[in-house]
Amino acid sequence: MSGKTTNNEVREFVCICCPIGCKLKAERDGNTVRVQGNTCKRGEKYAIDELTAPKRTVTTTVRIDGGELPCVPVKTKDPIPKDKIFAALYIIKHTKLDAPVAIGDIAVSNVCGTGVDVVVTRACAAKNVRKE
Amino acid sequence: MKGKKEIGKTIDCAVVGGGVIGCFAARELSRFRGDFCLFEAESDVASGTTKANSGIVHAGYDAKPHTQKSKYNVAGSLMMEKVCRELEVPYKRNGAMVIAFDADGREKLTALKARGIENGVQTEIISSDAARAKEPRLSDRVIAALYAKSSAIVSPYELAIACAENFIDNGGRVYTNTCVVGIARHERGYALTVRKDGKETTVVCRAVINAAGLYADEIHNAVAKPIAIRPRRGQYVLLDKSAMPVTHTVFQTPTALGKGVLVSPTCHGNTVIGPSAEDVSDKTALETTADVLDEVFRKAALSVPSINKRDIITQFSGLRAVCGDDFIIGESADGFFDAAGVCSPGLASSPAIGEYLATAVAKKLGLDENRAFDSHRAAIPCFATATDEERDRLIQSDPRYGHIVCRCETVTEAEIIEAVRRGARDLDGVKRRVRAGMGRCQAGFCTPAMVKILSRELGIPEELVTKRGGGSYMGI
Amino acid sequence: METIEKKIVIIGGGPAGLAAAVAAYDAGERDIAVLERDGYGGGILNQCIHNGFGLHTFNAELTGPEYAARYLELMRARNIRIDYDTMVLSVSGDRTVTAAGPRGMVRYDAGAVILACGCRERPRGAINIAGTRPSGVFSAGTAQRMINVDGQRIGSRVFILGSGDIGLIMARRMTFEGASVAGVAELMPYSSGLSRNIAQCLDDFGIPLMLSTTVIEIRGRDRISSVVVANVDENKRPIKSTAREIECDTLLLSVGLLPENELAMGAGVSLSRVTGGAVVNDAFMTDVDGVFMCGNCLHVHDLVDYVSKESAACGRAAAEYVKAKAPCNTDKSDFVTIKTSGGVRYCVPQNITRSGGGSITLRMRVDNVYRKARLVVCADGAAIINRPRPIMTPGEMETLELDDKASTAVRKAEKVEVRLETEGVK
Repeated sequence: MSGKTTNNEVREFVCICCPIGCKLKAERDGNTVRVQGNTCKRGEKYAIDELTAPKRTVTTTVRIDGGELPCVPVKTKDPIPKDKIFAALYIIKHTKLDAPVAIGDIAVSNVCGTGVDVVVTRACAAKNVRKE
Repeated sequence: MKGKKEIGKTIDCAVVGGGVIGCFAARELSRFRGDFCLFEAESDVASGTTKANSGIVHAGYDAKPHTQKSKYNVAGSLMMEKVCRELEVPYKRNGAMVIAFDADGREKLTALKARGIENGVQTEIISSDAARAKEPRLSDRVIAALYAKSSAIVSPYELAIACAENFIDNGGRVYTNTCVVGIARHERGYALTVRKDGKETTVVCRAVINAAGLYADEIHNAVAKPIAIRPRRGQYVLLDKSAMPVTHTVFQTPTALGKGVLVSPTCHGNTVIGPSAEDVSDKTALETTADVLDEVFRKAALSVPSINKRDIITQFSGLRAVCGDDFIIGESADGFFDAAGVCSPGLASSPAIGEYLATAVAKKLGLDENRAFDSHRAAIPCFATATDEERDRLIQSDPRYGHIVCRCETVTEAEIIEAVRRGARDLDGVKRRVRAGMGRCQAGFCTPAMVKILSRELGIPEELVTKRGGGSYMGI
Repeated sequence: METIEKKIVIIGGGPAGLAAAVAAYDAGERDIAVLERDGYGGGILNQCIHNGFGLHTFNAELTGPEYAARYLELMRARNIRIDYDTMVLSVSGDRTVTAAGPRGMVRYDAGAVILACGCRERPRGAINIAGTRPSGVFSAGTAQRMINVDGQRIGSRVFILGSGDIGLIMARRMTFEGASVAGVAELMPYSSGLSRNIAQCLDDFGIPLMLSTTVIEIRGRDRISSVVVANVDENKRPIKSTAREIECDTLLLSVGLLPENELAMGAGVSLSRVTGGAVVNDAFMTDVDGVFMCGNCLHVHDLVDYVSKESAACGRAAAEYVKAKAPCNTDKSDFVTIKTSGGVRYCVPQNITRSGGGSITLRMRVDNVYRKARLVVCADGAAIINRPRPIMTPGEMETLELDDKASTAVRKAEKVEVRLETEGVK
């Protein structure tokens, strides 16, 4: 993880907004961020976000009791701060749901104080009850 | 495998080694009345040299006349078709040809033909046109071929497994994961020390059949004049069923550049190419190497230029147990019978070697005929080769026949469960019995389902399911 | 044995089959059956639990299971039949589909068959990695299924060969599962994965991407204990002096996908040596009358949204066909074959019917990384399409939408060529 920011920081990375893969250089000077190497506005926004407040959507699975599946996939409903990924994974790993669950059901609310819920992304019926 | 109970204090005969030779000897032993056990160190029978074999039932023209090799090869080859019918094992008399590229090669064909006549095996030398009429994709550099009509192909591991099952059905016992770690003379015969799950037990037996393959020297040397088994590695590549470059087994005449490689269909419609012949020092050196396999493929392309690396689905290697130029078959010490140094043509010889060993033991011990012996072993009903009407009946009889687990080979859950019932304990054991995971995706799709089925049927956690016993766990 | 008559039988209930079914229904055909070998729909999407699906189709960033659920909802709303646990064993040239299910064998007599069988992973054997044969060597998709669907733990120290998207996504997934990923090796000098995945699956976690590197040996008797990796030269031959050993208990292989076309072959469908899929016309019909193909068994796609779009077009064409309107791919005098050159590896569809109508979409892949190049479609020597592309890579499918005018020009031409031009582009 290399998300630490200081007041004066220069970082280089490849833009992910499209396949061109512009080599971006983002420089923070006090409260302003200067971006070089981008060929569009999206690249600039990406660089600023990556430097100031990088976020990721986390997807993993959570165990489920009494379901047709041993686990169900979940995601953070919105991206969460990058440096909270592993803390969130720890919470999710120690969570257990009871079948049945539906898409959108909350598995963990407000994970790690991010204000973001972890939600189920695949329905799971209770065992021995034929779905569909 | 099935047929287990406490190992008796004194048994009549112990068979050491569950390769095709040991399994055949055991099966033939069960034609007699007595208490017989087969000990196999690995997690399953047929998991050593037998599983990595060309699968060729050599006609017998090739072996040097008046040797054990020629004697058992010719006899075994004649027995094979009938025994495969009895055991319901895939067998096909596809014929073989040895191809020559030049005058020197043609001379070798003549010599082989003469050797065949001496061994009592009929072959004929055919023109390049006649050879290509039989095998249209043969190289146009071929000038003549020796054609052996009686050469055949068989599934080597299925043959060994079927023998073991037939042995069990007729009262024998098979102990897997059971290693014979010591053997000594005993007043009633021999005392074997066997180790299973870290625990050692002594088994006294009146006679011993040593079919321990690569390790036959260790067993032999404890009671007889020392011999040394040298491992000779053979590497192979296997082609997808869609390739089918040949229908006959195509051999090359040996040249100054070395022994040739064969290109042959397998009983199940794949194509096997190989083997290399490398003398190695380590009896566990089963790795494949890129340069040798490249060489094997390059040589095979001399016979059949159209073979394509794109069709390769897997590579494997086996270690032949070599001891001098000939097999060591016979009573090497009082009541101690060897089948040592059984390299090629060991598979073709196996029915005859098994029959000889069993008969010799029975004679030695004065065993009576087992009148209840049933030579027939029923194969696991195969969904893939059944007609649609048969398939429908199979599903009606057991809905798990309607659940296809291995897509490439069309193997159903019912077949996998039956394989476990008959002794499969891991993925490779299932694969060798019912071909699940043997196809073009090489178990990519069926592995997750297989792990679940094995876990359920064996009553073990999924992470303790193994690929082939020992520490080959699928999970962590 | 039960026999069922259906106007359209779709083989495969993954993204391609579902999209084809929905589109065929919306084109007016009601007599449809989708045959799915699993007990649920959505196919491989169910194990793709990461997000990034559906931006084109649903204008939302969904995970794989959510994308599948959206399509299953569209199926339910239309009451389109899905036969689950039904594994098709053969398709004949006269469109008889034979399948096995838990209640017995079933025969479907179909007016049209759509093959939407997806693809499989290239196994270890196909790439000839030397060494032993221990457990712990998985294709990446197999590992993905075992972890994400079956909830199994498969390894703790992982090495990955192949930097396609599945390999990259599994690097992150294994990291999330608590494993350490020692690296991802890629034979080519570039990754075939999306740059987003390199950034978010590798860079985020400091996982090295080793370009022009391959695994030359697998070690370990029971479970894999290490791999030996080496750099490769410009001919992709390993440089022995660069060999180094990396300890691991798991090796994941993400070394390519192969269309699954055993059923098609059985039906007598001609396949392309380049794509591994059928040779189709602009109605997605193969050279067997009434047998259509779409999705990853036609050619391997990078985005599921493209699969859905292509398959919907296929479903509409099949619906047209059963109303006896669609052109037939088997009449050689009725189509022009598109030639590809100059870095364009293939183009799907391969054939354009002269008697057909409507606009044409061409999907293609290039054979290398090209910057500032153009895709050009020539009809009888005249460039009718000339589209600049700032970058093209082998990992990303290129699409050319031909408008009505260009489509008509293509249909009328004697010779049609799609090529890549690199000169004169600024």
